[in-house]
Amino acid sequence: MTEASHDQLANVVRQHAGQLATALMRVTGDFATAEDLVQDAVLAALQHWPAEGIPERPDAWLFTVARRRALDGFRRADNYRAKLAQLQWPVQPAEDERLRLIFTCCHPALPREAQIALTLRVVCGLTTAQIARAFLVHETTVARRITRAKRKITDAGIPYRVPDDDELAARLTEVLTVIYLLFNEGYLATAGPPASRDLAEDAEWLAGLLHQLMPAEPEVAGLLALIRLHRARAAARFGPDGGLVLLPDQDRSLWDREAIADAVRLLTRAARRQRPGPYQLQAAIVACHAEAESFGDTDWEQIVLLYDMLLHLAPSPVTRLHRAIAVRYATGARAAMAELDDLADSLGEYHLYHASRAELLRELGHPDQAHAADRRALELTTNPAEQAVLLQRLTWI
Amino acid sequence: MKYVLLFVDTEEFARDLEAMGPAERDRAYQRVTEWMATHAGQIRGGNKLRSPETATTVRLDRGEPVVTDGPFIEGKEVVSGYTEIEVADLDEALRMVRTWPGCPIVEIRPLE
Repeated sequence: MTEASHDQLANVVRQHAGQLATALMRVTGDFATAEDLVQDAVLAALQHWPAEGIPERPDAWLFTVARRRALDGFRRADNYRAKLAQLQWPVQPAEDERLRLIFTCCHPALPREAQIALTLRVVCGLTTAQIARAFLVHETTVARRITRAKRKITDAGIPYRVPDDDELAARLTEVLTVIYLLFNEGYLATAGPPASRDLAEDAEWLAGLLHQLMPAEPEVAGLLALIRLHRARAAARFGPDGGLVLLPDQDRSLWDREAIADAVRLLTRAARRQRPGPYQLQAAIVACHAEAESFGDTDWEQIVLLYDMLLHLAPSPVTRLHRAIAVRYATGARAAMAELDDLADSLGEYHLYHASRAELLRELGHPDQAHAADRRALELTTNPAEQAVLLQRLTWI
Repeated sequence: MKYVLLFVDTEEFARDLEAMGPAERDRAYQRVTEWMATHAGQIRGGNKLRSPETATTVRLDRGEPVVTDGPFIEGKEVVSGYTEIEVADLDEALRMVRTWPGCPIVEIRPLE
C-alpha cells in the first residue's frame, strides 16, 4: 500500500477503469451492467484508497469489488452468477479491447453530451459527481444523460465493436470530436487553474490511449500533438494574479520546450503518412507558435498557409477569423480588417470577433470604434478570464 | 434485431418529385426498387402510405374519442412509408439506410 495523492488516484483509476469495463463486458455481454459495475468499483476505490493507500494490484482490487457487486446484484440471474463465480482475475484478453468501448461510447446515435459523459465514466473512470462538477451542471442531469444513453445502447442495438473499415473514418471523426471538446472544456474554456478534475488531462490521456491503440491513424496523432502543444505552454497562460495572459505577452521561458519538441516529432511522424487532416493542421499551426523564440519570431506566412489548407479541408467562419488574425501580422491590419468585414454576418454574436476587430481598429487609428467593439465583446463573453482582459483594455487603453 | 424504418417526406422532396419528367421519375422509382431488391434478405415487410390528407386521427385522452381529419402532427415532414427489417444491430441498419435513394429523412426505430 502506498499513500495516494489526488493525481495518483486519478491516474490509477484511468489505467484500470476501461480495462475493467472490457473484462466485465466479456462476462455480462451487457454494456449498461458493465458500466454500472465499473462505476461502483470506482466509487469504492475513491472511498477506500485515499485513506488506505492504493493497493499493489489495483486492477485485481477493482475487479474483486465489481464481481462482489455483480454477485449481489444478480442473485436471481443464475447464468451470470455461475459465470462470475468461476471468474478469476486477470480475465484480460491478449489484446486491449478498450477501442470497442470507446467507439460504443462515442456512437453517433447518442447525443454529444452523453458521448462525453459515458466516455469519461467508463473509459476514464470519472464519477458522475466529478463529471457534473467539471461541466458545472447538476449531478442528476449527468446521471439522467448516462441512464438514457445506456438504455438507448441496449434498446436500439448499438453494437459493442470497432466499426468496419468503410465506416471507420467517419466514426473516428466522432471520437476525435469528443476528445477535442473535452480538451476545450478543460483547457481553453475554463478560467484559471481548475478547482476540480482537470478535463484537459483526461483528454490528453484519452488521445494517448487512442494513439496507442490506432498508431497508424495520423489524425489521432495530430490531435494528441495538438493537445500536448497547448498543455506544454499552460504555465504561461495565467499570470501570478490568476489573470489570462495573451500570447504576445506570455513569458516563453515558462514553456516546456522538451514537451514541445516531443509533440512536434509526433506530428512530423504523422505527417509522413501523407494523410493530412484538420487536427494535424491545427497542431502544425500551434507548433509554429510554440517553436517561435519570441512573438516577433513567429512565422506568420507559414501560419496563413496552414490556415488556407485547414479551410480547404474544414471551412468554418471561426477558422477564417483566426486566419485573419495571422494575416494582420503577415500582411497588415488593413488586409486583416477586410477579411473581418466579410465575416460580420456569420460571427456577429461571437465575442472574439469583436475583440479582434477592436485590436485592428486600434491599430488603424480608430480608438472610439475600438472601444465600442471591446464593449460588444465584453457583453458577449461569459468566461471570467476573458472578461478580465477585455475590462482591462476598456479601462486602460 | 428488428427495426422499422420510417420514411419521411419533406415538402421540397415532394416538389422535386412533382417537377420531374416521367422518365426521370421512373428512374427515381427504379432506384428505390433496386434498393429494396438489394436488401431483400433483411426486409420483413412494409408499405408505402397514402398522402397525409387521407389520414384520420382519433384522440382518446380527452374524454370521448375525438375524430379529426389529417395526421396527428401537422407538419412539413410526413411519414410516407415504413419497412420492417431484421439485422444484427444498429450499425447494420445505419449502413442500409445510408444508401436509401428515396425520401430525404429516415427514422430508425427498434421494435420491442
